[in-house]
Amino acid sequence: MSKSKPVLTSSLGKKLIMSLTGLFLCTFLVVHLIGNLQLFKDDGGYAFNTYAHWMTSFPPIKVVSYLLYISVIVHAIFALILTTKNKAARPIGYSQYNGKAGSAWSSRNMGILGTVLLVFIITHMQNFWYPYKFGSTPYVEYRTEVATGNQEIITSDELPSSYNGYVQTEGNGIETIKSKDLYRQVATTFQNPLLVLLYLVGMAALSFHLIHGFKSAFQTLGWSHRRYNVIIRWVGVWIFGVVIPILFALMPLYFYFVK
Amino acid sequence: MNLTLKVWRQKNINDKGQFVTYQAKDIADDMSFLEMLDVVNEELTRKGEDPIYFDHDCREGICGMCSLVINGRPHGPKYGITTCQLHMRSFHDGQTIVIEPWRAAAFPVLKDLAVDRTSFERIQQAGGYVSVNTGGVPDANNIPVPKRIADEAFEAATCIGCGACVAACKNASAMLFVSAKISQFALLPQGQTERYERAMAMIDQMDAEGFGNCTNTGACEAECPKGIKLTNIARMNREYLTAKLFRQEEVH
Repeated sequence: MSKSKPVLTSSLGKKLIMSLTGLFLCTFLVVHLIGNLQLFKDDGGYAFNTYAHWMTSFPPIKVVSYLLYISVIVHAIFALILTTKNKAARPIGYSQYNGKAGSAWSSRNMGILGTVLLVFIITHMQNFWYPYKFGSTPYVEYRTEVATGNQEIITSDELPSSYNGYVQTEGNGIETIKSKDLYRQVATTFQNPLLVLLYLVGMAALSFHLIHGFKSAFQTLGWSHRRYNVIIRWVGVWIFGVVIPILFALMPLYFYFVK
Repeated sequence: MNLTLKVWRQKNINDKGQFVTYQAKDIADDMSFLEMLDVVNEELTRKGEDPIYFDHDCREGICGMCSLVINGRPHGPKYGITTCQLHMRSFHDGQTIVIEPWRAAAFPVLKDLAVDRTSFERIQQAGGYVSVNTGGVPDANNIPVPKRIADEAFEAATCIGCGACVAACKNASAMLFVSAKISQFALLPQGQTERYERAMAMIDQMDAEGFGNCTNTGACEAECPKGIKLTNIARMNREYLTAKLFRQEEVH
């Protein structure tokens, strides 16, 4: 038996990359969802804005966030490489092909679903990540009396010229937080019905992508066992395919219809 | 019954090929699909035309020679059988049947409906064997193998190498075939010596042949006439990744 080729040049090596980046993105979704559930808190965005600041400034999270950007890009690039090879593996197609007979729709359309998700991710980052990091957002100031918990919220549609980054100060028993108001950025963005629609389509694509993708990632890793496959499938369908996309989809709907 | 056939005709490996329509008249319900093609071919021969070229051998579902994608499905509309085991009662009078060859870059069409499946042979030659001579039949229980493991290895070994998995896969991936051939040895004591070298060699050859990459759709498992399971592919992935990460002999 001859000397074997490097792992990443092989089909299974590339699939391993897809699997690992995919599972990493799945764990990110859980964290992202838990954080974003604070949008449903009716506190003028206090919890959400302090959380947003922590997420963008705490160094370990920053490292993970760069890993995350890399994962999205690598997942997309390897998907493109694998798809190109897959297309080349069947240069002449069938005049009739009955895919339904042996496989689920989502499993045959991961590329299309992934492309929808990529468009969604780019729009999503343009809506929130870019303005929060580099652009302009509304401004908010929370003045909380530490003793009583009474809170005064001062908001402005634009950042004041004196604004020089997030500050948290305490004096005379009053805690003052001056921050970019990402909460209101979310609220105003979701007044646009087209964006709400895009987010709903994005979450539908996420659901179908993960119903196949989650269990598929374990199969690719070779983690297939009769005892645990049931759990993996259940988590893939109900947690990643139903609960997570629906909770995310409720966010634009909440701001469009309720707020 | 009378049927309309749309059959892929291609003179040779370099010909472009096209669909030709034939009428199949007075076909009996209990004929097999291949016997139906025999009847059509007799008619064509009588008329002095070139008969439809298709692969077949044992005609009892064990040799893996017959192929054909029938109405968009390898080995036709039933599950768990080969084309020679498909009977004409699965079709109805007046039906149009589209017959195509396996479609894959690694399975070039030789003529009409017959494809060249020697890429499978080359994958087998790369590592689908045990190098040492295993000698005569050993005494029973000389090498203990748990019944479940023996059954699992046997089920993998029932793969007849027909290529329906490649034909059914939207990516023309051969991973079900290769995983069955790796599994039948990986599970048994005699296969242990070359276990990891085998996985790497066969997968390298599979990639070199230009098969696609598995996307875990499960179409291969559904269309396999022998019921080879997707768990074999998971085992193959495990064997390969273990080999690459921990068990590569050159690195030891």
